[in-house]
Amino acid sequence: MFSGLFRNERARREALTAGQVTPDSSRCVQCGICSFNCPIGIDVRRHAWLGQPVINSRCLTCGECVARCPRGVLTFERTNLFAERRK
Amino acid sequence: MTRYLLIGTGVAAISALEAIRSVDERGEVSVVSEDPHGYYSRPGLAYYLTGELEESLLFPYQKADFARLNASFYRARAVRILPTEREVELEGGARLPYDKLLLATGAQAIPLNVPGANLAGVHKLDNLSDARALLARAKRGRPALVTGGGITALELAEGLAARGMKVHYVFRSERYWPAVLDETESRLIESLLRREGMTLYPKTELTEILGKNGKVTGARLSDGKVIPADLIAYAIGIAPRTGLAREAGIACERGILVNERMETSLPEIYAAGDVAQAYDPAAGKHVLDSLWTPAREQGRVAGLNMAGQPTDYVKSIPFNVTRLAGLTVTIIGAVAVPSPLAPLPKGEGNMPSPLPPLPKGEGNAPSPLAPLPKGEGNAPSHLPPSPTGRGAGGEGRGEGDLLAIARGDSETWRELPHAIIAQSGFEVNRLRLMVGETRLLGAVVMGDQKLSAPLQKLIRDQVDITPIRSRLLTPHAPIADILAEFVSIGNGKQVNR
Repeated sequence: MFSGLFRNERARREALTAGQVTPDSSRCVQCGICSFNCPIGIDVRRHAWLGQPVINSRCLTCGECVARCPRGVLTFERTNLFAERRK
Repeated sequence: MTRYLLIGTGVAAISALEAIRSVDERGEVSVVSEDPHGYYSRPGLAYYLTGELEESLLFPYQKADFARLNASFYRARAVRILPTEREVELEGGARLPYDKLLLATGAQAIPLNVPGANLAGVHKLDNLSDARALLARAKRGRPALVTGGGITALELAEGLAARGMKVHYVFRSERYWPAVLDETESRLIESLLRREGMTLYPKTELTEILGKNGKVTGARLSDGKVIPADLIAYAIGIAPRTGLAREAGIACERGILVNERMETSLPEIYAAGDVAQAYDPAAGKHVLDSLWTPAREQGRVAGLNMAGQPTDYVKSIPFNVTRLAGLTVTIIGAVAVPSPLAPLPKGEGNMPSPLPPLPKGEGNAPSPLAPLPKGEGNAPSHLPPSPTGRGAGGEGRGEGDLLAIARGDSETWRELPHAIIAQSGFEVNRLRLMVGETRLLGAVVMGDQKLSAPLQKLIRDQVDITPIRSRLLTPHAPIADILAEFVSIGNGKQVNR
């Protein structure tokens, strides 16, 4: 009964741990909601301005900035060397 | 050593400054602006109004960042350009010399022209000072009236609603933002606004602002109704701030005309951002955008050219993601739909109007390729301004609620593409595609944004959609699924989720 729930949660966790937050600068207006909502105070907005992924080793990949961005600037990008295609 | 002078502290100016410094570390850079707050995220003001952002977060740059850029900042108003002397005069008479000058003065709200518009409590949303003033007057449980169109009007309405005000939204057209949205999209936004508790007054104009002791108490509408209100907020379009340029003899239409190097008609003077009217090779004419990303790019290109590194500005497909009535909306490319009926003759002088009359008989016949939006043929609505045959007519680009483009807006969106419309959607998710001969020309994505980024790429990169075109145009086709499959498999590359 809960298997679907757990599967989703597991997939989510995997995506989070195997990924880094990557900006698409062309969508960003530097509003700062991402930086405002980062629990450990990474200036995500600056990364978006510079077009650089958040490679800060302290990044929890909690997904807060990705979810809060009102313009879809941020995505998780897999950092795995081999892309394992999941259906 | 080159002396650079930048007028403005918006994103175009800051981007130009960074570009100059990437080439020329030693040149002397001066930045002049009358905005006491300097560089901040103008689009972020919408989130500041709703309370999602603290004011301090609007500032992307801190002291150290400005120090790194090594420029002198002057808070002053530039009053005159002296092209022969290569100087700019500031208020008070001081003069700053330049070898290279950038005009990045932005745009400002077109003022509301009705009796009572000077009363305290009448607000616009050009800058942070305006946003602060608006918030200072917003009182929970009290009535406010918003008038105008486009994105800014809703930013005002939703910001005030988020502060607990009872919002009355008055607009002149038959439905919300008819120049860019189709009827179904407009109706969706309107129903969401009503659900948020706003009262909507379509086909209505503000005829007089009422006040007592110099302060707003309400407004009279074109149907005679009087709405009590503590504050009136308006967004009826913006005008590029071209005064300095015009007075110096620089060629302007609606904005300052620039070539692909962002050079104006006078030597060593450049323009970028909302004030610039840049050449669009695709349209064969100069167009206005009021969007963050083009402003940043224009500033960068201007800065590089000023510093001696020849670079061309390539106008990208105009694109914005915004929130309308709480719904995320992406608008890409040319998305205007032909009106099912001829435009109403407007501005016949039947009622006092805050807006000058629309030019009559605007717009050419709808493109033969473009079918009517399905199931919508009864409601008269304005044709979007014609993409062709328009002169450099200053204020004449009315579309009902907007005298010109608004912030977060692009003239290109109003283009009637030579396209067939494919659409699907229900409830709050909706997708509209403008399907050209071999590629997509535009799209409106409402609600679910999974296809927003992939569509931006498909349209920007002019991807050949021949393999799916006929399927997209099949009646009731699941166009979202067809596209999702196409972008993930068709191009053999993974698409961002």
